Amino acid sequence: MAEISMRQAISDALREEMLRDEKVFILGEEVGVWGGTYAVTKGFYEEFGEKRIKDTPISEAAIVAAGIGAALVGLRPVAELMTINFAFVAMDHIVNEAPKLHTMFGGQFKIPLVIRAPGGGGRQLGATHSQTPDAVFAHFPGLKVVSPGTPADAKGLLKSAIRDDNPVLFLEHAAMYQVKGNVPEDDFTEPIGVSKVQREGSDVTIVSYCRGLQLAMQAAQQLAGEGIEAEVVDLRTLRPLDMGPVLESFKKTNRAVIVEEGWMSYGVGAEVSARLYEEAFDYADAPIKRVAQKEVPLPYNRALEQSALPQVENVLAAVKEVL
Amino acid sequence: MKTEIRNDRAERKTTDKPAAALNKKDHLELYHQMVLIRRIEERAAALYQEGFIGGFLHLYIGQEAVSTGLISMRRPEDRVITAYRDHGVAINCGISAKQVMAELLGKETGISKGRGGSMHMADVSKNYWGGHAIVGAHIPIAAGMAMGDQYQGNKGVTICMFGDGAVNIGFFHEGLNLSKAWKLPVLWVCENNHYGMGTSVERATGLKEIQQRAEGYGIPHSRLEDGMDILKVREAAEDALEHVRSGKGPYFLEIVTYRYQGHSIGDPQRYRKKEEVTQWEKTDPIGIYSHTLTAEKIANKNELARIEEAVDREVEEAVDFAKTSPEPRLDTLFDYVYSGDNKNG
Repeated sequence: MAEISMRQAISDALREEMLRDEKVFILGEEVGVWGGTYAVTKGFYEEFGEKRIKDTPISEAAIVAAGIGAALVGLRPVAELMTINFAFVAMDHIVNEAPKLHTMFGGQFKIPLVIRAPGGGGRQLGATHSQTPDAVFAHFPGLKVVSPGTPADAKGLLKSAIRDDNPVLFLEHAAMYQVKGNVPEDDFTEPIGVSKVQREGSDVTIVSYCRGLQLAMQAAQQLAGEGIEAEVVDLRTLRPLDMGPVLESFKKTNRAVIVEEGWMSYGVGAEVSARLYEEAFDYADAPIKRVAQKEVPLPYNRALEQSALPQVENVLAAVKEVL
Repeated sequence: MKTEIRNDRAERKTTDKPAAALNKKDHLELYHQMVLIRRIEERAAALYQEGFIGGFLHLYIGQEAVSTGLISMRRPEDRVITAYRDHGVAINCGISAKQVMAELLGKETGISKGRGGSMHMADVSKNYWGGHAIVGAHIPIAAGMAMGDQYQGNKGVTICMFGDGAVNIGFFHEGLNLSKAWKLPVLWVCENNHYGMGTSVERATGLKEIQQRAEGYGIPHSRLEDGMDILKVREAAEDALEHVRSGKGPYFLEIVTYRYQGHSIGDPQRYRKKEEVTQWEKTDPIGIYSHTLTAEKIANKNELARIEEAVDREVEEAVDFAKTSPEPRLDTLFDYVYSGDNKNG
């Protein structure tokens, strides 16, 4: 084990997969000469050259579409979108082409494409650059949507995504690249579509992923000081969604809080709580609570922005309500 | 139903360039393909009215010379990708009439196993990549395919076909720009049939000729005015493909043609006059080819008639095959959602 940052873990995964397989290459805006807008691909251009680190024009539809085309003819592209907010101008290719082509032609096509994109708020970037629209993408069958909350999961899941024969949207959080964690040093992968208990507890279940996982873990630590043991389940993959560990935990604690950074309406919390009610209604000792972003386009002003984003205090308050 | 193939331009002289230098057998095979496209689509239109075919049905009738001529110039390593008016392209790429008809009827034996329908026919084994229904969306995908070939050192050109209606959407811009920036081996072929659905080229863009678009991307281009003459299409395709094969990057070829039927089944065609269609029907691409073949004494009328009769049988066999083929089993609903493990959460 070595303690490394999320940035390093993602960078290592990309580099190791590129060394492992000639068919893996990266394309996106400023991934090469610049070194990556979040420095994830720093040094790659020098190491792998122009052929495998492709700087593109500011042309998101072409980035994703070219990734699809290259994947169709046998490569394993990793397409980087500078932020998930730019995915909307490539929406057709992300939700209407990549997830459809395999099924629509009777299984003839394979699309081993990874689309990496950081998202999330809290950096005063204004409404158009601060979103967490994960649930939007998780709506589409045919696409896999992964969003890790720890460096080890980021590395293991990204390696799985690159080796997967299906299109995978890999959602990172722009404010989490500095987060550190222990990561195995050998060549390992984490399975896509498998939720994971990140902290055991018996009093309440907190379900989350990505940035929400950080909030959940911090809240659990504070609750432990008050004698409340929270179990934290990390979804890690939004589609296909693995409800197994969530249901198991809920049947044990009988109380659940779901934490996400995106807006509450039609969100991940809505999906998870609906499934809990559908599949484990009799186990509920209290109404399930959701913690999410307030339903506004995120403002620039720091205090306003922070008041709209979910905070540890919101998680603590929700837990108190269900206990 | 089955229409008469007219040719009122008996005086016209066709090309005598190398692309026309085919042996008799090849000529007759191309004639066979064009007649097959015509007849299979006429039959499909009838089957649609009878309720055997659902969804959209975009007929290629009138444009047969474009795809047949273009694809006859490709090599096996050249990839073909097109838009939703794809039945003809499918036939030209070697998909059988049976597989096309079965797909139209949504059967398990269809080329896309009944999952795609009229707009989504592909056969990877024949290097034919579909059949794409979102206008222009396949254009940057084609750029990616060409990039994949460039990356892997494969020979071959990606031939990407689209209609005049696709040149005003962003995908077109992004795809063409990327193809030139990366010097990709792709041939862009715009089939200008004068209408994007019901909106004429003049009402949709300020350009007189669509090939002018290529100028803005620094892509060499040309325009074939007579896309109804298969031999002229072959000649234009030969030059365009030669440009791309020589490693000079993308090329843009506009081919002027005309669609005799509506945009899709059920188009009232309020956007054009009947006389306009009649005028174009006088330059029927099959009629033109038929005249060339007989006037040049490559084949006689009896030989062409035998091909037409053979096509009639081929179409009827395809219809029988499609009608008697099994429906996809309902328990296969989740097949092919994902490659490998079909777990769908």
